[in-house]
Amino acid sequence: MRQTFLAAALACVPVMATAAEEQTGAVTTFTLDNGLDAIVIEDHRAPVAVHMMWYDVGAADEPPGKSGIAHFLEHLMFKATDDMEAGEFSRVVEAQGGSDNAFTSQDYTGYFQRVAADRLGLMMEMEADRMRDLQFDDADMLTELDVVLEERAQRTDSDPGALFSEMRNASQYLNHPYRIPIIGWQHELEALTLQDALDFYRTYYAPNNATLIVAGDVDPQEVRALAETHYGPLDPTPGLEPRTRPAEPPQRAPRRLTFTDERVSNPYVMRTYLAPERDAGAQQEAAALTVLAQILGGSSATSLMGRTLEQDEGTALYTTAFYDGTSYDDTTFGLVVMPVPGRTLEEAEADMDRMIETLLTEGLDPAQLERIKTQVRASEIYARDSLQGLARRYGVAVTSGLNVADVDEWPDLLDNVTEADVREAARAVFDPNRSVTGYLTRPEPAAVAEAAPESEIEATE
Amino acid sequence: MTRLILTLVACLLPLKALAIEIQEVTSPGGITAWLVEEESIPFVSMDILFEGGANEDAPARRGATNMMMGLLEEGAGERDNREFAEAVEAAAARLSFETNNDTVGVGFTFLTENREESVALLRDALVSPRFDAPAVERVRDQVLAGLASDARDPREIASRTLAALSFPGHPYGTPLEGTPETVAALSIEDLRHAHQRALTRDRAVIGVTGDITPEELGPLLDRLLGDLPTFDGEPVSDIDPATEGGVTVVDFPSPQSVVLFGHEGIDFDDPDYFAAYILNHILGGGGFGSRLTEELRVDRGLTYGIGTSLVPRDHAAQILGQFASSNDKTAEAVELVREEWTRMAEEGATEAEIDAAKTYITGAYPLRFDGNSRIAAILAGMQSNDLPIDYIDTRNDKVMAVTPEDIARVAETLLDPEALHFVVVGKPEDLETKAF
Repeated sequence: MRQTFLAAALACVPVMATAAEEQTGAVTTFTLDNGLDAIVIEDHRAPVAVHMMWYDVGAADEPPGKSGIAHFLEHLMFKATDDMEAGEFSRVVEAQGGSDNAFTSQDYTGYFQRVAADRLGLMMEMEADRMRDLQFDDADMLTELDVVLEERAQRTDSDPGALFSEMRNASQYLNHPYRIPIIGWQHELEALTLQDALDFYRTYYAPNNATLIVAGDVDPQEVRALAETHYGPLDPTPGLEPRTRPAEPPQRAPRRLTFTDERVSNPYVMRTYLAPERDAGAQQEAAALTVLAQILGGSSATSLMGRTLEQDEGTALYTTAFYDGTSYDDTTFGLVVMPVPGRTLEEAEADMDRMIETLLTEGLDPAQLERIKTQVRASEIYARDSLQGLARRYGVAVTSGLNVADVDEWPDLLDNVTEADVREAARAVFDPNRSVTGYLTRPEPAAVAEAAPESEIEATE
Repeated sequence: MTRLILTLVACLLPLKALAIEIQEVTSPGGITAWLVEEESIPFVSMDILFEGGANEDAPARRGATNMMMGLLEEGAGERDNREFAEAVEAAAARLSFETNNDTVGVGFTFLTENREESVALLRDALVSPRFDAPAVERVRDQVLAGLASDARDPREIASRTLAALSFPGHPYGTPLEGTPETVAALSIEDLRHAHQRALTRDRAVIGVTGDITPEELGPLLDRLLGDLPTFDGEPVSDIDPATEGGVTVVDFPSPQSVVLFGHEGIDFDDPDYFAAYILNHILGGGGFGSRLTEELRVDRGLTYGIGTSLVPRDHAAQILGQFASSNDKTAEAVELVREEWTRMAEEGATEAEIDAAKTYITGAYPLRFDGNSRIAAILAGMQSNDLPIDYIDTRNDKVMAVTPEDIARVAETLLDPEALHFVVVGKPEDLETKAF
């Protein structure tokens, strides 16, 4: 690898776009011989580039009993390679005035740097180095496991809402690994070894399992040439098949749970339903569900739940509906009702059911549908303001089994959703047998102590 | 750290010049804004800051400014709250309202094609909010629920505890959301009064970026803000942070302790501010390279993250830091922070550390300007800090002009381990409330 670092010095010669100044917004794709896919998004407003590497592997691809390994490996990627010492990657990025970070989901692991556009070659050189040459012989790497345990303690164990989500999610999926938290179960996390991380790394960190995304003030031809130089020599992992995870069996019974924690201040009910995700070339139902979430719980002033429960009836402090269709396997459609003090979670759940029933029987307000579409069209314009947001949109999609054409088609699909589509999608998704209803609440005595005076009597029921 | 960095420093190249051209636009009615034209995407971002903010709440009316700001889009002009929300949706405009102690802020993004109706809607929200009783009660309940939530959130508890210790008798010492008692007591008249005081056209600074010309912007500013009153109240006084060195433990049921620490800082207009900025970057700012991150996270795995920052507010300045650590590791982590604080105060930073920090701070600056909404916010922030319109061109020179002697002097005067106060919220082992 040493000679490629000499090449880095040469790569310091600026590779600014020259002829392509009019191409802001243009998207170009190519694939290297070793299987590395690449997407280039041009934006010439500022001399900045975002460089991202997205691996088609996430927490849902972990071996049984090794939960947390995908995310632990993400932390280890900032340690030593054969050519860089631990922490050097981030130090070099910082020495260029750039910033870098990484993220792990159920379906992908991504690494990104935001730098001056003329530093792109250097970023590629370092990212290529750690794709294949991470060193696992450093005893200090296990210290990073303590950091991950502290991360779990901070993000999950210190947050009753996060613990509640962990329990609810484990009930939603009977067989699919989405039931396991991304950060890992504590007892499995504590037992992870560097060998576990190495095995995972050797298999999945390879050019034929990754997508390069570059967005910013760059010329696609230059990006391709740099990618050939830095990523081209990397060996693919032979025999890597498309991901197949254990699938869900038919779900035949509603599930319910109550999570009680003294740190909870405002109890709420959350229900999720198993829901289809966006599939390549078949995104219509996901588009209808995306609009349905807006109709039911998008705005507290104008959505069905918001205007009825928060405004007209004054029975809820907060309501929302959520659905993210960008997922490799089945996702969820969710609803939340946080009742006003003095109102029980049973009553809040009845309110939620009543809103679903209203939508199914009475349909929706065409004017509301039209406003939602107006906002969808506008958000396409606003989205062009954020380089990182655009790059991320493509990254999430391609690691969820979609392609660039699916991403580009998506706004039109949303725009073409009809009232009938929304009602049909709602009828299909609101199947009680595929649902989990969760109460997040607190022990009764605390409820008395903390409730507003006028609600004390009802809160103790 | 190593050949790779050394090679690269040698070939650092100047960044492509930032094409940020700021124009000062003054409306026919005398309202001034800073504008960066950017016509490649058909929308405009506008950021408005009104000086004054929640600091000007009377103590018994604490929370009035915050609740008032929460009601601006809950009914305005001829429209009740739902009609207003529907009109905003139909125009696909984006409005946001924010309350701080020193300022209240308005974020506004609109499509070129819907400019007139979008401006008319924000104008109504700013100039003629209705404060309809049902909306007031609904928002009051939301604020009270937020306060109940904050009372069980270890980060909020830590922040409120340190603020109360640092600023007794000053608005900075109490939450800008108010208390359950003050919020419950706020009348519609109080909210109207807060509106008249906080949103005044002579205390507005405005940043605009996007698809609009100076000729179009001038009259728009008058339509938007021309009917607001001017300020005739009393400004808030300055205060020196009152904390003494020590530890305050607040018992809270959690596997981790949340730790917030700090002492008096340095004003933004102090000649040594950039030296302090570099110093903070080396100590606990920025990304992975800081001394505190190396000591606590990388070498010992005591925390997921630790950071420090300079917090120069209008009436007081602090340097603050925070981390969370398992209860059995918290005492060790607190001791390490004190040791690093002492080491930096006594020895300052190395020349290599200073050079690396300067490279990062100057290199990162141009990267902030990537997007209309980011630029609009920067333009408003510059004016709020009384910076000159050519500040962007000179800022990096000021960073580079800082010498190792400056750093050593500022390290000695700014950092005082004996004055450092730690608020610890959790169940830390072997750590009790005490003075140093």
